[in-house]
Amino acid sequence: MLGFLVRRLMTMLLTLVVISMLVFVIIQLPPGDYLTTLIAELQSQGEQVAQQKIDFLRHQYGLDRPMVEQYAIWVWGLLHGDLGYSFEYNKPVAAVVGDRLLLTVLLNFATILFIYAVAFPIGVYSAKRQYSWGDHGLTFLGLLGLATPNFLLALILMYLANVLFGTSIGTMMDPQFIDKPWSLAKAASVAEHLWVPVLVIGTSGTAGMIRRLRANLLDELQKQYVVTGRAKGLPSLRLLVKYPLRMALNPFVADIGNLLPSVVSGSVIVSTVMSLQTTGPMLLAALQSQDMYLAGSFLMFLAMLTVFGMFLSDVLLAVLDPRIRLGGRARR
Amino acid sequence: MNERLPHFVDTAPFDVYATERLTPEQERYYLAPQWRLMWWKFGAHSVAVAAGVVLALFYVSILFTEILAPYSRDTKHTEFVYAPPQGIHLFHEGRFVGPFVYGVRYHLDMETLKREYVPHRSEVQPLRFFCRGEPYQFWGLFEGRFRLVCPAEGGQLFLLGTDRLGRDMLSRLLYGARVSLTVGLIGIAVSFVLGISIGGVAGYFGGWTDAIIQRIIEILKSLPELPLWMALSAALPVSWSPILVYFGITIILGLLDWPGLARAVRSKLLALREEDFCTAARLMGASPRRIIGRHLLPNFMSHLIASATLSIPSMILGETALSFLGLGLRPPVTSWGVMLTEAQNIEAVALYPWLLLPMLPVIITVLAFNFFGDGLRDAADPYS
Repeated sequence: MLGFLVRRLMTMLLTLVVISMLVFVIIQLPPGDYLTTLIAELQSQGEQVAQQKIDFLRHQYGLDRPMVEQYAIWVWGLLHGDLGYSFEYNKPVAAVVGDRLLLTVLLNFATILFIYAVAFPIGVYSAKRQYSWGDHGLTFLGLLGLATPNFLLALILMYLANVLFGTSIGTMMDPQFIDKPWSLAKAASVAEHLWVPVLVIGTSGTAGMIRRLRANLLDELQKQYVVTGRAKGLPSLRLLVKYPLRMALNPFVADIGNLLPSVVSGSVIVSTVMSLQTTGPMLLAALQSQDMYLAGSFLMFLAMLTVFGMFLSDVLLAVLDPRIRLGGRARR
Repeated sequence: MNERLPHFVDTAPFDVYATERLTPEQERYYLAPQWRLMWWKFGAHSVAVAAGVVLALFYVSILFTEILAPYSRDTKHTEFVYAPPQGIHLFHEGRFVGPFVYGVRYHLDMETLKREYVPHRSEVQPLRFFCRGEPYQFWGLFEGRFRLVCPAEGGQLFLLGTDRLGRDMLSRLLYGARVSLTVGLIGIAVSFVLGISIGGVAGYFGGWTDAIIQRIIEILKSLPELPLWMALSAALPVSWSPILVYFGITIILGLLDWPGLARAVRSKLLALREEDFCTAARLMGASPRRIIGRHLLPNFMSHLIASATLSIPSMILGETALSFLGLGLRPPVTSWGVMLTEAQNIEAVALYPWLLLPMLPVIITVLAFNFFGDGLRDAADPYS
């Protein structure tokens, strides 16, 4: 087990290093840098910008150095917990992100819980009553959730939430709590607003999860030990829960790895539409204005979240199923 | 003891296969080539067939967009901004007139400053079929005026309403289909080529090559798709023409999709390359390229095509999402995603719900591709 952990941890670190390079290259891809954007903006407002000042700023931000050096500075900062400096907000990235990171993690976590809570009973039901009306209906509903663009669902639900429940539109909390320190009332307000984005982001993940759980459980239900159990007279529910369900649970754990990227993606777009105080809208703005450290640190954070989730799911799987950790080497 | 039975001799010739004679149906089934088995199996899947028909209709329709659409893509009707959908009627005051619409007039509600459209019950505007309508450039090649359906002379026809600039939603939907439906195809082509060649190399050579490619795939899979798409499409130069942007977006969508496919190819190849026919080909001096392409890949091509079909929907949704965020295609190119940007705020949902209509074709297409791909996947393995 220890060997497995070390091996897995090493791959994770390597992955993170490569991802950091990738992220850096991607945010550098657009021609020009933040200063070009800034200068263009200033000039469009009729202001003259002295070349001297530009050079000074460029030097100040380290934008005149070669890319490799910039990358080194960025990574060195990251390792020390310094996320860099946001040009647009004129503040350190950590200060800009602050509260939003917490909300993002909360949102993603709640969504995954929601997906599990919905997919599990439906998946078991569909497999147990294969080809029944309930199975067809629920599968279709799941597919419909998969096929509807997330952001539109968000719009419609927001509208309904406002009309039916009077929940204020497009935020994650009542307006009076924004930028206030955390309190019980604020937490309650967040909880009240959380369900719409969770529902919206969750719909697309749920369908895939139901499908996989159903397929797995169906495979297990056809095995001989199930027949044996039934022949011995085990009650139907006990027979289901005790053996096949356990085996079919693997995708739930294994899928954290697949689920996290899609949930994170979903949360970015839904947050943008609903202008939630999560990292999504900020990322969009940062990408567009080439606020490179802000965007880079965000992307890095999202990637870190997923890579860590995958690591967690691998470890859990290894705990659940010894074949996986022993077979790590000889898989091919 | 004389009551011995006579010795029985059957005069009919002895048929060795008599016990296992096949009925004609069985024979037909056993002798059928694989592709025909697939075809039969697919045909038994009624939902998949229906989905296939829907998709075929959609894709045929984009060939004749100009003829099907009542108006051109960018025709603006400044008199009819945000006009609601008109209903088609058949009877006017109890008398059959054939399909027609009532003319609409608008007046400004002075309290809410909202344009309100009221149908004029007296003004009957019969639709014209196979008629001469607005001139258009057919695929930008030659001029034409022939349309399937046109409004009455001097009348209007907005079956799905109009948008902010008074452009007919139905026509724009039809034009948007051209872009939205092809994005997935081009994207999947890119991803298919990449996935097969990279996965093929990894699976065939194994060892170090495989290990490195596996790591790369793992890295790409652990990145959240949408933020990456966003970052890459934000990197497309603003100076690019809309057509270039369109190709850029499709390539970005394809570039991030291949890892799944490459994985499937690799795992199949790892098993197949140990087979005797592969060794034989190698001994006869075939190049790796030939062995992979001619001897190994055809073994599971049908599976690959089926799984590729299943990943088209995510590309269509991806394009829609990117365009919706303003990072994807830009006007004047029209796709369903671009059209949906108009419905970005809550007022649109509340006041002009028909702006959300482009959602329907998106959902239908994505569902159809899912069912179609499921059917293909089942059919790809006709012996099971």
